[in-house]
Amino acid sequence: MKITVTVNGQEYDRDVEPRLLLVHFLRDELGLTGTHWGCDTSNCGVCTVCLDGTPVKSCTVLAVMADGKSVRTVEGLEQDGELDPVQKGFVECHGLQCGFCTPGMLMTSRWLLDNNPDPSDHEVREAISGQLCRCTGYENIVRAVRWAAEHPGTSTSTSTSEEEVTA
Amino acid sequence: MQVPSHFEYERATGVEEVLALLAKYGPEARVVAGGHSLLPMMKLRLATPDALIDINDVSELSYIRVEGDELLIGALVRHAELLASPVVAEHFPIFRDAERVIADPIVRNRGTIGGSLCQADPSEDLSAAFAAVRATVVIRNADGSRTLPVREFHTGPYETEVGDGELLTEVRVPIRPGGSSAYEKVDRRAGDWPLAAAGAALWLDGGTVADVGIGLTAVGAKHFVAAEAEEYLRGRPADEDSFAEAGRIAAEHCDPVADQRGPADYKRHLAGELTTRVLRRAAERART
Repeated sequence: MKITVTVNGQEYDRDVEPRLLLVHFLRDELGLTGTHWGCDTSNCGVCTVCLDGTPVKSCTVLAVMADGKSVRTVEGLEQDGELDPVQKGFVECHGLQCGFCTPGMLMTSRWLLDNNPDPSDHEVREAISGQLCRCTGYENIVRAVRWAAEHPGTSTSTSTSEEEVTA
Repeated sequence: MQVPSHFEYERATGVEEVLALLAKYGPEARVVAGGHSLLPMMKLRLATPDALIDINDVSELSYIRVEGDELLIGALVRHAELLASPVVAEHFPIFRDAERVIADPIVRNRGTIGGSLCQADPSEDLSAAFAAVRATVVIRNADGSRTLPVREFHTGPYETEVGDGELLTEVRVPIRPGGSSAYEKVDRRAGDWPLAAAGAALWLDGGTVADVGIGLTAVGAKHFVAAEAEEYLRGRPADEDSFAEAGRIAAEHCDPVADQRGPADYKRHLAGELTTRVLRRAAERART
């Protein structure tokens, strides 16, 4: 089945089987391996990407469901060589150890801050409650998101803008 | 890697189109929206539908509004939308209580109200919540539509009254003055299925229980309802003794099974305790 998906502002045309999951489409068809593939049961959240601006677990979304829609992955956080504040926060606060959960944590954190620019620690914990960190580094992850909230700097929205869609 | 078996994929944009596609593909077609129950089952090959009809673009089913004395919820409303809705919180805090503990925020972005009811998982929270508030459901088919009480909607685990060629389109909740509601669940960790959960909707006439609805999740209550406890409580004083006795009756009449989440006697204990707590909280809310 022929689909057209806009990923990080770039349009991709592919012919895929309906049973192909979005996470595998991104990783195997487009080579965007920043999105990780974890539990495969929508528990761990490492595969979280934004679909039309809303974070979803891409192991439980079909690629064909993204036909005609826009997807933002962790590769799309950086803008013109500048890391997103949440990425900087993870660097500053040692928000990752093995890094496996990081892409999902980053996408969810960006979405949280877009909707709640100054979240409490509790609100951060609630927002990432669908993401598992196998290193159990939650304390530093919460600090990293708080750091990003305090340094909004060059923040960019999770929703793909009109310009990006037509780019 | 878990891969579903082959299927045809169709995306519909209207209810009529969904019904036409269901007619075209026959009984082995399945409707998919959030897909957070169906797709995992397909990956495990527990479900192998011939065709999936994607209703994510059927925007006519995505609404929450009050019409007359009813709250209308379209089947495509996401869990996150039900949680965030001020009109839902105003009339039925039971849904805010329940939605806060259903899965996690990312799953709630995708999963839908209609999907949850139609999946009919015995551990699914909204079935008991809708049973407590005595909702009705609207089912569309080629001949038109029919409504039935949500308390008659589930015919067994993973089975509902939705027949071949039919689509659940709406849930209606009657708004009645003088009452409030609450939901509480015990789970082992954030986002997990419940060991047990209870929901209550309570209407007061002074210090008396004028009417009550009690829903139970994951403890084998028939149609997710604690009918005997409701019957006991109606017309009694809205006080601690009545709520404790209603909890005891709810625990006595449910039928939990032991599994990896916990032993049956513990679940039965929870059913009683949670029933008492939600009755207490609903009464507190109704008085303020």
